Amino acid sequence: MSGTSATRLTRDEILAVLDTVMDPEVPVLSVRELGIVRDVRLEAGEAVTVVVTPTYSGCPAIRVIEQDITSALHGAGIADVRIETVYSPAWTSDWIPTEARAKLKAYGIAPPSPAAATDLVQLLRAPRTPQCPYCDSRDTEVRSEFGSTACKSICWCRSCRQPFEEFKGI
Amino acid sequence: MTSPSVVPVPAPPPNDELELLLRLGDDRLVLGHRLSEWCGHAPILEEDIALANVALDLLGQATLFLRRAGEVEGKGRDEDALAYFREAVEFRNCLLVEQPNGDFGFTIARQFLFDVHAVVTLDALSRSTSAEIAALAAKSLKEAKYHVRHSGEWMLMLGDGTDESHRRVQRALDELWRFTPELFVADGVAARLAVQGIAPDLPALHAKWETIVRDVVGRATLTLPHESMHSPHLRGGRSGMHSEHLGHMLAELQIVARSHPGAKW
Ligand SMILES: [Zn+2]
Repeated sequence: MSGTSATRLTRDEILAVLDTVMDPEVPVLSVRELGIVRDVRLEAGEAVTVVVTPTYSGCPAIRVIEQDITSALHGAGIADVRIETVYSPAWTSDWIPTEARAKLKAYGIAPPSPAAATDLVQLLRAPRTPQCPYCDSRDTEVRSEFGSTACKSICWCRSCRQPFEEFKGI
Repeated sequence: MTSPSVVPVPAPPPNDELELLLRLGDDRLVLGHRLSEWCGHAPILEEDIALANVALDLLGQATLFLRRAGEVEGKGRDEDALAYFREAVEFRNCLLVEQPNGDFGFTIARQFLFDVHAVVTLDALSRSTSAEIAALAAKSLKEAKYHVRHSGEWMLMLGDGTDESHRRVQRALDELWRFTPELFVADGVAARLAVQGIAPDLPALHAKWETIVRDVVGRATLTLPHESMHSPHLRGGRSGMHSEHLGHMLAELQIVARSHPGAKW
């Protein structure tokens, strides 16, 4: 019935639109680079479903992210945008690709280390020394597991004597 | 005339999975609220941020577990209905998490004992035969792992810190220890769930928990209370028998939702 179906965006074109939606808390990365967007489905009619997963279970930014995705797709001419939230597989910082890690570092945030193992005794015995994003030194320490947002910790570099943030590896 | 026959209504079968989800959700809702009480009052800015962040994670996890509980219950209650419109006797959290914050050392000791419990429990639940529970546990486990790094680091700093910090965190451990057996009590619900592979065997988990706790407590130059301090074991939270502290907390947690039912903002 709709006269606009001929101009319907392809899935790849929709993904390209989503590449322009930046994470509100880490504005150098898009919601796709962060792995928040898990899938895009073209539904019958004009509807488009975007499948998302939250980084953290209590992430306060997820509502903003959903609104940003919806308005970006509205702007691209898609009237019926549906957001579907999934929790499995659980989001992991391991999904952030190499190029995106370079962007984080250039922005002054140490990229995430591989997600921690579950051996608790070991986890609690091994201090972490993230690589300083400014001078690449490993002579660093984690000052606090929690920084300006849930996804970052606060660190200190003994080499260049500067504080820096680290994207948590989870 | 025969009197109308009364057909006895059989009691509904116990919904063990619902009970498990309420236990998981309520532990996190109550402890998350406790931690939020520190907001603006923590000893240093970094800790204000840290405790608020842990609280936020726990509330997020509570949302997931209670939402699923509402689905399993099938009476149309969502996570907000369960959080705001149940009475204290309907809450299934352990007594440990409802204890008032005390000083910073007390809060950290309570958090550490809970965080280790959370990691070993969620790790086991991530292999649950219930796919929904496994998914929510795997999600929460990632957060529990950095929570325990936070509280574990503080146990070391306070225990192996000044005489005063050592004394206070030791006192907190002594006081809190009697609440820990409840975390691993294999009551009917837990035992049946373990048989079905939905939840882990709690006595085995207890041993694992204690190994980790002992490792950190020892390195923090602290000592665990003697076995005699185990008794009287304080328990009852899993069946709704709470200390008076929960009622006071719920009054604060629930008042806005109850004063303005259905309000949106
Ligand atoms: Zn440096």
